[in-house]
Amino acid sequence: MSTGTRETQKLTKALPPQMWNRHLVAIAVLTLILIPAPFVLPAAQQAVAVRVLIFALMSIGWNVMSGFGGMFSFGHAAYFGLGAYTSAWLLVNHDVSPWIGMLAGMVVAAAFAVLVGFLSLRYRLKGAYFALATFAFAEMLRLWATNSDFVNRAVGYHAPLRPDASWWYLQFDPGSANYFFAALALTVAALACSVFFLRSRAGQFTLAIRDDQDAASALGIPVMRYKLFAMALSAAITSVAGAFYVQYYLFIDPELAFGSGVSIQAILPAVIGGVGTIWGPVIGACVLGPLSDVTATILRNPPAALSFLQGRAGLDVIVYGVLLIVIVLLLPRGIYPALRKRWSRK
Amino acid sequence: MSPTSGQPSRASSGASPDDDVAAHDHEVISRGTTRRRYVQRGVIVLILIVAALALAYMRSGSAVVVTQAVVTGILTGGVYGLVAMGLTLIFGVLDIVNFAHGAFLALALFVTFWLVNTVGIHPYVALAITIPVMFGIGFMVQRGVLARAIGKPLENQLLITLGISLVIENTLLLFFGGDPRSVALHGDHALHVFGAVADLSRVLAFAGALLLAGVLYLLLQRTRLGTAIRAVATNDMGAQLVGIDTRLIYALTFAIGTACAGAAGTLVAPLVTIEPTSGDMFNIIAFVVVVLGGMGNVIGALVGGLIIGVTEQLSGLYLPGQSPLLLVFIVFVLVLFLRPQGLFGRTS
Repeated sequence: MSTGTRETQKLTKALPPQMWNRHLVAIAVLTLILIPAPFVLPAAQQAVAVRVLIFALMSIGWNVMSGFGGMFSFGHAAYFGLGAYTSAWLLVNHDVSPWIGMLAGMVVAAAFAVLVGFLSLRYRLKGAYFALATFAFAEMLRLWATNSDFVNRAVGYHAPLRPDASWWYLQFDPGSANYFFAALALTVAALACSVFFLRSRAGQFTLAIRDDQDAASALGIPVMRYKLFAMALSAAITSVAGAFYVQYYLFIDPELAFGSGVSIQAILPAVIGGVGTIWGPVIGACVLGPLSDVTATILRNPPAALSFLQGRAGLDVIVYGVLLIVIVLLLPRGIYPALRKRWSRK
Repeated sequence: MSPTSGQPSRASSGASPDDDVAAHDHEVISRGTTRRRYVQRGVIVLILIVAALALAYMRSGSAVVVTQAVVTGILTGGVYGLVAMGLTLIFGVLDIVNFAHGAFLALALFVTFWLVNTVGIHPYVALAITIPVMFGIGFMVQRGVLARAIGKPLENQLLITLGISLVIENTLLLFFGGDPRSVALHGDHALHVFGAVADLSRVLAFAGALLLAGVLYLLLQRTRLGTAIRAVATNDMGAQLVGIDTRLIYALTFAIGTACAGAAGTLVAPLVTIEPTSGDMFNIIAFVVVVLGGMGNVIGALVGGLIIGVTEQLSGLYLPGQSPLLLVFIVFVLVLFLRPQGLFGRTS
């Protein structure tokens, strides 16, 4: 349906079976390397690491629909927010464990994605129109949440503090390494999920539909069903990031959940790392996650030339913006494909 | 009515009567159906407007309230129209979904704020500065950044404009901080317009927006530049073949569109709180208006602006307690689904 990601497709197209295993082995090795990270990193860096993982999780979800499915979403805040709000609502009002809230959020987000997807596909929205429709649905949720007593209006939710740390309620002492382990487990699960999706029939059909919808349809692939499946999976993964966000920051409001900035945060890591590749969102998140801390450090003790900027906000997002423009212009496929190309040439 | 209009030329054409007649009949039929379709559409729109007003009256129970909402809506809608005209022009010619349009508007708001509060210029005199400044910035941004992405997939261009908007808004945040500011208009007072009350600044913003929209329309229809812009919008390859410098036209069009956002920014400066993100709402509304009016349709954008302005005001009566933008988005999604070519576009 979209030509946007066609260039990046060669990577995922028709990989031999051992390549899939190589991805899974890489995930396992990376996990093993990262497990001791909290014992090495200082507390402040741990917070950065968790943020990187949340970014990665959101973007892995976005990548399933927009990278593998070729349907450019500008409204993943809807799914992030639904995950966050569903788990927060269940936790605050009914004292339900965030793990169950997370599952419920996945179901709600996937259902909403199927609704949005069905309407958009039924009315044949493409390209810019499709992106604008996804954006509109996310904004509608934001406006509804801001003005509905059902979800505390603009105030949002504070996760109630518990007397003791508990895995069941996913709450630990501030700075506990367990937050990192939980985020790592979720991100690894999402990555593995995207590998398994790609090697499954559904994933191969999704790629076929993205590359040439008419040909896929002519071969008897039910286009609508697999597109909706990709959207639902994508929404479910991104919603997990939302549910975890609430537990980690203990707070959510309509702007943090459904704001257009959230949709942008889901897009950026994948675009910078490489749209439609398994590792793109992870690499992009590793680049973007620490950026705000780097700029904050610079602004706390600015060099003489920048001294007038001391204590001001905004520099981190300026760097995001410039990075986004530069990457799109110079490495339109993203960092990961560019690196791969260099390696394979040697 | 239609068969008679085809008669004279049918008689005059001699060489290959059959082909010609067939062609003409086809043309006549399509012309007739287009006219009928326009009438039909006009009637539908009229019915919708009457129904919308009747519903608003039923919900509020007061004619004064409805009149007030409609007048405020039309006055605001004129400004939305001007913003959307710039956006739709850029979409029509460059095929770019421009997420930086609202950021340019915010930039113009801050330039106006600076001119009024530091230099001491009257807010409306500032137009003479913001329009050329924004024109220049638009030209440079297109030449420096967007021109490099021409012919790239739609998503890439969208992401670049997104990057531009992030850079502009956060540069404003960096230099001015997030505190809300305002531009005071001396001698601003309430006027009575058709039984409703409106601030002078709002009326002037509407008048200014209409005036500039008219200038833009004349520019597009009556000048060589406008003809060239329309030619590039219709077929850029063809335009290039007849000797139009399409690269220059792209840059000029983006500059004109940005100048529209700039002019709108100055016009609304006395009406809104000035923050780095003030342009976002205008950007969102302009997207809605552009789709409503048909992407690339400049007059459609102006009419769509008025419709959305009124919709936004009436939504306070339909859905009390909800944000006025909610109804705007509902209308947006309905238009996207049911008439993606816009209210005035042809089904292709």
